[in-house]
Amino acid sequence: MDRVCERLARIVGENYVSNMKEELYIYSQDPGMMEPREPDYVVMPKTTVEVQKIVKLANEEKIPVIPVGGSLSLSGLVIPHKGGIVLDLKRMDKIIEVNERCRYVVIEAGVTTGRLKAYLEKHYPRLRFSIPDAPPSATVVGNIVIHGQGHLSQQYGFNSDMVTGLEVVLPTGEICKIGSCSVSPYWFSLAPLPDIAGLFLGWFGTTGIITKLGLRLYPRKKLRDIEVFIVEDPHLVPDVVYRVTHTEMAEDIFVNAQPYPPIFKDIIMMGICITGDSEEELEFKRRMIWNVLRTYIDSKEGGFMMTTPDVKRALLEMPITGTTRFADVMKGGGFEYCGPIIPVEKYPEAYKKLLELSSEYGVTYGNTCRVIGRGHCMMFAFGYPFNRADPDNMERTKKALHESNVASLDIGGVPWKPEVPAQKMIMARMDKNTLELMKRIKRFLDPNGIMNPGNWEG
Amino acid sequence: MSSYTKQIHRCFRCGYCKFPSDYAEYNCPSFSRFRFETYSTGGRLWLLWAWVKKEVEWSENLAKIMFSCVTCKNCVEHCPMKFKDDIVDWIVSARKDIIEKGAVLSSVRDFLNNIHKYGNPWGEARGKRAVWAEDVKRYKPGDEFLFYVGCVGSYDERGQRMARSFAELLEKADVSYGILGSEEECDGNEVYVLGEMGLFQELARKNTGKFKELNVKKVVTLSPHAYNVMKNKYPRYGTFEVFHYTEVLLKIIQEAKLKLSELNVEVTYHDPCFLGRYNNIYEVPRKILKNIPGIKLVEMDRNRENSFCCGGGSGNFVMDLLGGSEESPSRIRVKEAYETGAEILAVACPSCLTMFEDAVKNEGLEKELFVKDISELLKEVSK
Ligand SMILES: Cc1cc2nc3c(=O)[nH]c(=O)nc-3n(C[C@H](O)[C@H](O)[C@H](O)COP(=O)(O)OP(=O)(O)OC[C@H]3O[C@@H](n4cnc5c(N)ncnc54)[C@H](O)[C@@H]3O)c2cc1C
Ligand code: SF4
Ligand code: SF4
Repeated sequence: MDRVCERLARIVGENYVSNMKEELYIYSQDPGMMEPREPDYVVMPKTTVEVQKIVKLANEEKIPVIPVGGSLSLSGLVIPHKGGIVLDLKRMDKIIEVNERCRYVVIEAGVTTGRLKAYLEKHYPRLRFSIPDAPPSATVVGNIVIHGQGHLSQQYGFNSDMVTGLEVVLPTGEICKIGSCSVSPYWFSLAPLPDIAGLFLGWFGTTGIITKLGLRLYPRKKLRDIEVFIVEDPHLVPDVVYRVTHTEMAEDIFVNAQPYPPIFKDIIMMGICITGDSEEELEFKRRMIWNVLRTYIDSKEGGFMMTTPDVKRALLEMPITGTTRFADVMKGGGFEYCGPIIPVEKYPEAYKKLLELSSEYGVTYGNTCRVIGRGHCMMFAFGYPFNRADPDNMERTKKALHESNVASLDIGGVPWKPEVPAQKMIMARMDKNTLELMKRIKRFLDPNGIMNPGNWEG
Repeated sequence: MSSYTKQIHRCFRCGYCKFPSDYAEYNCPSFSRFRFETYSTGGRLWLLWAWVKKEVEWSENLAKIMFSCVTCKNCVEHCPMKFKDDIVDWIVSARKDIIEKGAVLSSVRDFLNNIHKYGNPWGEARGKRAVWAEDVKRYKPGDEFLFYVGCVGSYDERGQRMARSFAELLEKADVSYGILGSEEECDGNEVYVLGEMGLFQELARKNTGKFKELNVKKVVTLSPHAYNVMKNKYPRYGTFEVFHYTEVLLKIIQEAKLKLSELNVEVTYHDPCFLGRYNNIYEVPRKILKNIPGIKLVEMDRNRENSFCCGGGSGNFVMDLLGGSEESPSRIRVKEAYETGAEILAVACPSCLTMFEDAVKNEGLEKELFVKDISELLKEVSK
């Protein structure tokens, strides 16, 4: 064991640190397409104080630190581009507190989305959080850090808008609380204090390590159902979204398009989820939604699809496993998506570009979009499955992804959870003063440049 | 190399296989124990593929990762992909390649060598196999059942008590049966899942040869491991019916061949992987328990296809690669059983029995939670 390894072992215990080839290999990559790079150490802390000690050590040794949750953001955000210490946070898995009346939960950084879902269902069946469709091994904090979206995002915005408080280990090792929890035992909100949570959201761990998170919970209705509205003309999508969001009756709204099975080719499916505590409530919401779409039904430009119980069940799952199964479409074990956040009105343009790129690079596609806020924007996924065992297919998929990032920016969108090259594209187009502010913040918080280096570097 | 090399890259490393169906806890025993991604199903499959591609070389650490999979099939149950049924077969095929290359862990090598030389994984003398059973009948043609005791039932003191209970119940119910005694060979289930196919074939041939010689028509096994291998892998070598001992006991109860007295106690039942996920037998043991007057069956959250393995599969009831920690699967599981409020943790597998017996001691729960096999419980109430 080398010296750093020994020091790490003294902090977390020797069972939870490794510099063995196998661990370094696995933590050198995520399931996406970015080039792997091995860390020097993998370490799994259990407490905030252990995280703090590791960060102090990293500063002394000037070694990078890369916080890792479920490694499922797919765009290489957990790849240690400059080596260093990978901090796998999944042992920090306590659900610390649920305040039922204030509807918030406080959790540690390693709590998975799956675990939080199961916990609430068992202990607080009237509460839920905005679960993403990522596999259940993704962490809630990882999802917040990348401004994820979930099943409640149409109603309440990005999942990161639901943060009520943070505990953070700063890059220099101080432990810092943010939000009401910094002055009170309660974690109910970030307001009315100056909002500094933004220093850690969307930064991919380059400004500090979130060790605890306060998160809003929402009412969980007894019943949940889905209506699937289909259109062929992509130009209708923005208006359908506008009309349905106006009713304020929907829970989640997602838009899917894919070329297989062949009966689905050229069809755009819009899943509109509704919830209610009674059949009556559901029926009322269903009727309101039908009413606003009636003119499209009458003109035969759109219509509601009959869904078999099996299809319904699959679409109502949380998380939807079908999203993950996309990785096996090519029998190749992979998919990655460029998922820019775009204005909903840009859907037709983005959709057209996706079809063009798919045909230009000879790669198949899957398009999943989620409406965020009442149509305030949407995540549009240029999703491509790929075959890990086929280098040519991998190469073409990488090109399609790159072009998708360019196209996203060209149409006025912003790539979401961008890979390092896409981050650079964003920064190249960013307002210069904003970019300079970002750099200053980064330098101020992380003078030794140890936090997840390579990311958000101009 | 075998066909897994052409398929193994299909794993996305999504991690669904780490969980039970409600995602509440990690349910892959080796991942629960070690917590590095390398010990999850996905990590393991990616490492195997890296090994195939020659991106990683064989090492002691890689061997530990590969052999600490207890082949519990939680991953097979919960992976959402079409290839899911093949996952454990891939791991077993890879182990076969590893063994052929002669690159195994010393504990695995000892386990296999002992079986090869002595017919049991501890290296105990063959002659000792039936010492516990001097008064138990030997099988003779015409008996209804050959009672196949297996290694744990034959050599482990706790396993022997279980075997004896079952034998006594058969006696009481007037079922004609007999054992092979010192002529019994290891069933080979663990040998198979550890990838030593040559030795497995030898054991299967020897056992089925013996069954044929004695004209055995029905075999009843103490261990779900033996049940599994005889039911699913032996048919190639010989035809006979196989029963798990709980199936035979349920029939005995249903035919009212045993009189059961009352036992007022809360019991929780642990589904063994080779009975449950491998062979879909979930209700038989529960029906037996429900037939005992007074027993209240309380379920652990992780039950049936979501059962959390005791950590003893793939020879780990001897090698115990997952032992030595509070996060060892058997210790996690007895805590889970204890939390149900049950006084008795009922099992239907001699390996689970020994694993949990140790875990209860390690957790200091020996005065509060009693580990009993179903035949022991039944014996208590059928006096
Ligand atoms: C099939 C599939 C479906 C998906 N569907 C969705 C979806 O519906 N909605 C959605 O939003 N996303 C989705 N995703 C993307 C992604 O998986 C999720 O957002 C996921 O929640 C990310 O969490 P993670 O734990 O995997 O993060 P990681 O990938 O581990 O980390 C993400 C980033 O956060 C940083 N980080 C992690 N933990 C910390 C911490 N404690 N402190 C500071 N920085 C930290 C990492 O360094 C990294 O930069 C999907 C992915 C897949 C594969
Ligand atoms: S085995 Fe299946 S569930 Fe597990 S990581 Fe691989 S693809 Fe996902
Ligand atoms: S068989 Fe069990 S131990 Fe092995 S990888 Fe699958 S879930 Fe883990």
